Amino acid sequence: MVRLKLENVCKNFEGFEALKNVSFTVAAGEKVALLGHNGAGKTTLMKAILGLQPHDGGRIEVMGAAPGSHAARMQVAYLPENVAFHSSLTGREQIRLYLRLRGQPVELADELLERVGLEHVSRRRIGTYSKGMRQKVGLAQALIGNPALMILDEPTSGLDPISRRKFYAILDDMAARGAAILLSSHALTEVEARTDRIVILSKGQVVADDTLSGLRKEAGLPTHIRIAAKPGAADQVAAMLNAGRSNGVTVDLTCAPEDKLARLREIAALGPKVRDLDVAPPSLDDIYDHFSRRAER
Amino acid sequence: MRGVIGFADAEFRIALRNRWIMILTVTMGLFSLVLTLAGSGPTGTLGADQLSVTVASLTGLAVYLVPLMSLLLSFDAVAGELERGTLGLTLTYPVSRTAMLLGKFVAHVGILAIALLVGYGLAAITAFGLDDEAAQGLGALVRLYWSSLLLGAGFVALGYLASALSRRPATAAGLVIGLWLVAIVLYDLGLLAAIVADDGGAFTKTVFPWMLIANPADAFRLFNLAASDATAAASGVSGAAQSIPPERALVTVFVWPPIAFGLAAWRFRRIVP
Repeated sequence: MVRLKLENVCKNFEGFEALKNVSFTVAAGEKVALLGHNGAGKTTLMKAILGLQPHDGGRIEVMGAAPGSHAARMQVAYLPENVAFHSSLTGREQIRLYLRLRGQPVELADELLERVGLEHVSRRRIGTYSKGMRQKVGLAQALIGNPALMILDEPTSGLDPISRRKFYAILDDMAARGAAILLSSHALTEVEARTDRIVILSKGQVVADDTLSGLRKEAGLPTHIRIAAKPGAADQVAAMLNAGRSNGVTVDLTCAPEDKLARLREIAALGPKVRDLDVAPPSLDDIYDHFSRRAER
Repeated sequence: MRGVIGFADAEFRIALRNRWIMILTVTMGLFSLVLTLAGSGPTGTLGADQLSVTVASLTGLAVYLVPLMSLLLSFDAVAGELERGTLGLTLTYPVSRTAMLLGKFVAHVGILAIALLVGYGLAAITAFGLDDEAAQGLGALVRLYWSSLLLGAGFVALGYLASALSRRPATAAGLVIGLWLVAIVLYDLGLLAAIVADDGGAFTKTVFPWMLIANPADAFRLFNLAASDATAAASGVSGAAQSIPPERALVTVFVWPPIAFGLAAWRFRRIVP
């Protein structure tokens, strides 16, 4: 079931095209990462989905309703980038307010704060919290009432690696309960293996929308193979494999992804001349770079 | 409705923790006490009871202090949330902006109610200690209390309007101080100057009374002084307008809060976080 549907969404700021014909969908139980540089349009798109900022063209459907409508707001949770709260309230009071606004019993506050690991500071003023702790309060409020759609703007900024892992575990749990999740990030390395699909936004346009393996395939970036030859056999190995580079000890090869297995068989056929080998697929940063650059051309 | 309660509760806690409630209550209490004690001398000559005289003095105090306290409580309401970055998140919740503003309004007027209760209460207790006949002025004090609250409610709403008009709290603060200065101080001075220049002409007879009751602070003063026995203590502009029936002034005091709140809510709806 499609929870969020975007069709040719456009947004202009005084002549500057912040969003250009953005189209994609997020289904129930799906975790989609929205990647892009600073200023690529991620936050603008999220604000349009939430109805905080009207879009100029195209269609946005949030559970079939208009963005920002009461029906949509009933089912959407949001975690803004650099989430802020009133510094005089305690974490517990802040969550109790949000529970009230969603029509949920305020008694759930302690449970929510425990879920994000803030139970020990829940009665302290938010003004005394670290950035990571504020981010966790933000996550706790986004979990209220098991939302059908979660919009998370750079949710892991300020979190340490362990908190980050816990954060993604909570997201997995929410997705398993049927929530559709759209989260933005700067880096592909972070969302790798934690999201089902990746949408890359560059200068307000969608330049990629696929799974990580799909993106790898589409990018068609070469795989690097590094062969450690027996002492003195490096030049011979390089010649037999038609590889250009050798430094006397190791031989470097690059090949298209589809040629990888064939190359490996050739290397294996060399027998004792080869001591060891490493296969390095294109890195996530390479892939991200490839799609971002392609849009700029 | 649940939204209104939620916002009111949070806002009240914030004011409690920021010591706003304490500061305003102590201020009101101190001023009321000083005025009651300072005004305890001339009772005999005026022939009025101690509490009625105190109410006349408190009316003069409230005209300045209540709008100031109200504006200080309210100027941050919209601009502050906008600058802190808390507004965007709150607006994604399924509650209306009017409910949000109404919740804050309930809390801020409630805080004023506490401060005024303590202040006027202290004045009443002191007056009873000084004069056995003080009970005569009790009606005037109760009238002063609820009309002060209405005056405060009007200025709380005007503070929201100023807050929604300026995107930053610093601008909103400047705006409310300007508003206070114009509505409370300069307005009367301007009217006085106009009367003097007019020298009993058409302006003084037809325009002036309307201009006087259009201002909620003047209307508040008029209503309380005209309705109490201590009108003799009135001075300045209010003394010049004794011909205005107090009911008309009361209408102004009643209509300002909803008008100002409506304008603030309208303006707030147009804000993009």
